Order: sequence, then C-alpha cells, then structure tokens
Amino acid sequence: MKLSLTEEQEMLRKTARDFLADKCPRAFVRQMEESEKGYSTELWEEMAELGWIGLAFPERYGGGGMGFVDLAVLLEEMGRACLSGPFFSTVVLGGLPILDVGNEEQKQEYLPKLIRGERKFTLALTEPGYQNYDASSVTVEAVPDGGRYIIKGTKLFVPDAHIADYLLCVARRKPENGIAIFVVDARSPQINYTLLKSIGGDKLCEVVFDHVPVPEAGVLGQPGQGWSVVQKMIERAAVAKCCQTVGNIQRVLEMTVDYAKERKQFDRPIGSFQVIQHYCADMATDVDGARFIAYQAAWMLSKGLPCTKEVAMARVWMSEASQRVMDSAHQIHGAIGVSMEHDLHFHTRRAKAAELAFGDASFYREAVAREMGL
Amino acid sequence: MDFGFTEEQNRFRQEVRGFLEDEIQKGFWEPACDAWIQGFDPAFTKRVAKRGWIGLIWPKEYGGQGRSHIDRLILTEEMLRYGAPAACHWFADRQVGGAILSFGSEELKREFLPRIAGGEAFFGLGMSEPGAGSDLASLRTRATEDGDYYVINGQKTWTSCAYFAHYFDVYARTDPEAPKHRGISEFIVDARSPGLSRIPMTDITGTEAWSDLFFDNVRVHKKYLIGEKNRGFYQVLHQLDYERSGLERIMGNYPLFEAIVQFSKEHKLSCDPDVRSKLAQLRIEFEVGRLLGYRVTCVMEEGRTPNWESAMSKAYSTEFEKRLANVAMEILGPYGQLMPGSRLVPLRGMAPHSYLGSKGYGLQAGTTEILKNILAARGLGLPGS
Repeated sequence: MKLSLTEEQEMLRKTARDFLADKCPRAFVRQMEESEKGYSTELWEEMAELGWIGLAFPERYGGGGMGFVDLAVLLEEMGRACLSGPFFSTVVLGGLPILDVGNEEQKQEYLPKLIRGERKFTLALTEPGYQNYDASSVTVEAVPDGGRYIIKGTKLFVPDAHIADYLLCVARRKPENGIAIFVVDARSPQINYTLLKSIGGDKLCEVVFDHVPVPEAGVLGQPGQGWSVVQKMIERAAVAKCCQTVGNIQRVLEMTVDYAKERKQFDRPIGSFQVIQHYCADMATDVDGARFIAYQAAWMLSKGLPCTKEVAMARVWMSEASQRVMDSAHQIHGAIGVSMEHDLHFHTRRAKAAELAFGDASFYREAVAREMGL
Repeated sequence: MDFGFTEEQNRFRQEVRGFLEDEIQKGFWEPACDAWIQGFDPAFTKRVAKRGWIGLIWPKEYGGQGRSHIDRLILTEEMLRYGAPAACHWFADRQVGGAILSFGSEELKREFLPRIAGGEAFFGLGMSEPGAGSDLASLRTRATEDGDYYVINGQKTWTSCAYFAHYFDVYARTDPEAPKHRGISEFIVDARSPGLSRIPMTDITGTEAWSDLFFDNVRVHKKYLIGEKNRGFYQVLHQLDYERSGLERIMGNYPLFEAIVQFSKEHKLSCDPDVRSKLAQLRIEFEVGRLLGYRVTCVMEEGRTPNWESAMSKAYSTEFEKRLANVAMEILGPYGQLMPGSRLVPLRGMAPHSYLGSKGYGLQAGTTEILKNILAARGLGLPGS
C-alpha cells in the first residue's frame, strides 16, 4: 500500500500541470466555451504529440502502454485546468471501450488513428426520458437491412458529437432486442446535431439518427455482449469524471486558501479567523477524501478487480463533497466569487455538470446498498 | 499509487483474524464497541504479547518485532473490527512506547519497552487537568527538583487505563518562570508511588475507564524524566500526532456498524428506501475515513511524523461515529433506547452506548476544533488568529 504517486506519475503530473498552465489559461477556457467547436486543433495536436491521447493504450497500437491510474493523473490535471474538449470523449468514452470490446480488426482500424489524434470519438448513450443508467432506458433501434443495420432514434447529452469522427451508439438490435454498440460514422448525412447550452460550458449535443446505415462489421465486438459491456463503460467514465473533479476541487481549495490569506477585513486576513480556517479544514478533508476514494476505484479498475461498490462509493462522495467544497469556496470568496470576472465560476459550473454525469448520488447510493446485500 | 496489500500482509491479517475468532469462540470475551479504550483484560493482553503483537514496530533489541507500520495497521484494524479488549496495552503500544523510543534514555528503553511488549507494563496517560484541556500548555501540576528526585504535586483528570495502569505518562511544570510552552517536562510515574491516589470517573456511558489522579508530594527519580527537561510540551505534541494516527475513531464502533447492517437485513428493514440510503451513506463515509486513516499510516511508513494528516483523519472520523450511532438508534426505533442488560435490548445495547460515548469522541485526543486549527495552520498554512 502506498497512497502517493509514483515518481513517474509525479513527473507526468508536473509536465501536465506546466503544459496546461501555459496552454490552457482561463482566457483560453472562456474562449473555448464561447466557440462552437469547444476545442483548439493546435492544442489537440500538441496533446497527441505529447502522447497523452495514447497514454493508456498498448504500445502495439502506438500507445504509451501506461495504465488507468496514470490516465487518472492526467485527467486530474485537466480537471484542475478546466480543460473541456474531446479528450475525455475520445479516450474514455471511445478509445478504451474499443480496446475492451472491439475485435482485433476494429482495434487496428480505429486505435492507431485515435492515438495519433487523427480521429475523435464519443459515446451516444443517454436518451430523452433517460432517468437511470440501465438497459431499459435504451430505445434507439438498429434494424437489420440486407447486410447492414439502420439506426433510428434520438440520443441526448452526447459530448462533442458535433466534432467527432465516430460515435459509439448504444442501441437495441432488432429483432432480438438485445443491446449492442455500433461504431457509426459521425459524418453520415442522416445524422443531425444540435448543440445544447449546458451549465458546464462543455459541448453536449442532441443527436438524431434518421435511418443511419451501418455495415454489419460496425457492431463493436460481439453482437450478443449486451448491457454488461455498456455498464463497464459507464463505470470507467464515472471514475474518470471523479478524477477530473478531484483536480477541479483541489484547485478550488488552493484558490480559496490563497484568497483567505490575502483578503483583509477588520485589518486582518480573513484566513486568520477561526471560522474561515475551519471551513478550509473541512474543504481539505472533502478534497483528500475525494482523491483517495477516486484513486482507489481507478486503481481497482486498472487491476481488473471487481469494483462496482468502490466506483459507486467514489461517485457518491464526489458528488456531495464537490458541492460542499464549492459552497464553502463561494462563501469565503465573498461577492467577487459570484462575478464573471473571477475564475471561480468555471469550477463551480464544471463541478455541477460532473455531478450529474454518468449517474447521480442517489443512483450510486442505491448501488452501494445493493452491493452491501441490503 | 497502490491500494493493495502484499500476500504476506494478507496472510498476517488472516493470522490476526484467526486468533481473534478463536478467542471469541472460546468465550474469552465478547466483541464490544470502544473495547480498545474501555476493555481491560490483562490476560488477553498477555496472550497478544505472546504472539509478539505489542510493540510490533519497535526494534527487536527492545522487545519489538521491527515490523512495518502497515503491519501494525492491519493488526489494529482487526482488533478494532472484532472489538477486542485491548485497553491494557493500547496506550503504551500506540504512543508511550514511541515517546520513550524517540526521546527516552537508553536506560528507560531497556527498562520499559521489553516489559510493555511482554504485556507486563500497562500505561495510562496523565495529560489533561481540570483547568487544562485544549490549552494543555497551561497545566499546573508541578514537578520540583529535590536532589536526585522530582517531587510532583497537582491533579490530572481523564487519565486513561484507570485501575489497571502500572505507570502513568505524566506532564508537569518544571519551570514556572518560563513561557508556558517551555516549562513542561514528561515523566514516567509508578502507579504505586506513595502520595499518588486515584478516584475513578464514571463517564456518560456509565463506564469507569478513566480516573482523576492526585499527586501529593510524589517522588520520581530523575532517571524517569523522558527526554529533555522543559521540552515536554514539544514531546506531547509529537505524541499526540501518534495518539490520533490510528483507526480507533473510524472503527471504534465497528461492531455496532456490522450489527446494525445485519439487523436491518434480518428484519427486512433494509427494504425501506430511507434505511437503505442511510446505511449505504454510512458505508461510503466509513470508506473515506478508512482511507484517510490509511494515508496516515503511509505517512509513517515513509518515516514522517503524521501531523495535520492525523488531525484530519481523527476530526473526520469522530463525526462519522456520531452519525453511525444516530442512524443505528433511529433504525432500532423505540428499542434503540434500551440500555445494555435491559429486557428486550437489541444488539446488546451497543447503539445507546455508542450514542452516549460518541459525545466524547470529538473531545478526546484533541477536540475537533483544535484538530481543525492544526489542519488549517499546519496543513494549509493559514495565518494564526
């Protein structure tokens, strides 16, 4: 047991932090939020060159051969920098599921280009009326039609779909009605995208599949693998989101403590008041708890250990702890923290969006109850 | 990062579990909440010592085993999980032995450590006084030099290991002229010393685990001064870091946690969404506390003294234990109020016992407020008030 980063991970973290401090200042974040694309091609290419996109993929596909915990370190730094854009969707929602589920031919076809940054992926899972992350919520259909499938239906909250090259679309394969994942060419003329305006400033889309043809070979892996494969994708995405949030709230803690040291009222720094100190102490406890519980889940995933309970616990804690941290941060920052000229809102909005992604606290608390045998 | 244990460590955990289960099966004791601080069983301590499990991390030359902090974590985690009556040796194993190792003379190490490890010398802690709680540096018990001796006068309160301790680790003022932090020294006082008397204190749970200690011209030879004269306050801060370093406060009531989950399953209470949600929430909060505790062990394993890390872990965990007791009583409904020994009492009365006990958790070993001060000042670098 060792609950600190390895030397290699520390180096990765330092490189990532320095790089993002330089390339992703808040002015850039603001610009990306305001742009339609939501990312910069130059930065994307630089991240590919640094080997970040391929970090957690095997070397035989051109990846870095590192593990999910290493990726977690990177995600934490991206969360810290409030970097949105297609990294999460391409790597976590697209690439890693292909690595898990895809057949060798599919891996050879998609992964090297993905790793080089030449193709972007995302996952089309949730739908209108979607409440919980369970199989019954999937209604988009894939109907066989002479050696191909025709996909029809609407997906919602699909991150970065408008700029993706491929969508992994979770659909019901007719006539069996089983769940399958289809690799769909995102440029297909039968797909319509509408950008949603969301609190997190990221680019979530409504995606309408209007009789989109997909060749039979477009089924990812085996057609009969069903929901359990999707569940694993959700689990990993949930943990990855937690790691981003750890970076987010760690930064918020640091900003808040710095502010409490500088800001003077009644002729003394407000951080010298015990009530402010105790708020900060509680924030630090929430953040450290979040880090350990998130990395524990990431570590178990990386080892291939069963970790449904650990993932669920991490998600519940993250959801609630991040909201407490943001509340205290705003209270301590005072009025400047609720202005758009201050940077805090970038963190506040992202923490809330992250809380809602891939299942909320109630959903995962119930999962913990089930895992406890209740 | 590595959240796993080695095979050897897993084997050790199994060995400890096997030992404890065997003890329970033989009817030597019943799992109890807070047994690490209230469960006095010299025979149990002797059996633990025989295994080499007291002073596990101390050097072999002083009767220890030279094992890792992670091994000690495993050992104590299992002791707490099973609610084993370890109070006779807990304080010396956890902190006084370490204080002797860090600050004591070679003579003191040789005199005490092997006897602690052998389950023959039990220690109580003589820190708090009626007028000195959080502001420990204002303590008034005096130790005056007289030839080769110090003569101690004053009073200690909330002294642990009430009637079983053979020795007390006592802090007393040796220089009343110096600033209050710089005039305190640490002594080992024999419990049988003439002039030393004890009156047991009954706490809110009805347990006599603590006592008031009265010193009336108690003579202590100078060789029983631990460390440097007048450096006692700095030594006690160091010792307190270790006092808070374990899983006591996240797992001190683990038998209740396990029992209430089991009870809810057996009585189908866990079909109620509210009960499910509360128990799952406790499980999550427990996990965070466990990990914050594990982090403290990792800090020690790296050779550092845990400071704000143990303050964080303890402050968090006492709050968890309060919620645990509350949830347990709520789930039990009106039966929750039945005290140990009552007709119809569920779970041997652990729930109200924990509930009452939990009012003191945020006070022992540093109040939650003091711990948050430490975390803010030392962990986050916030300025003094």
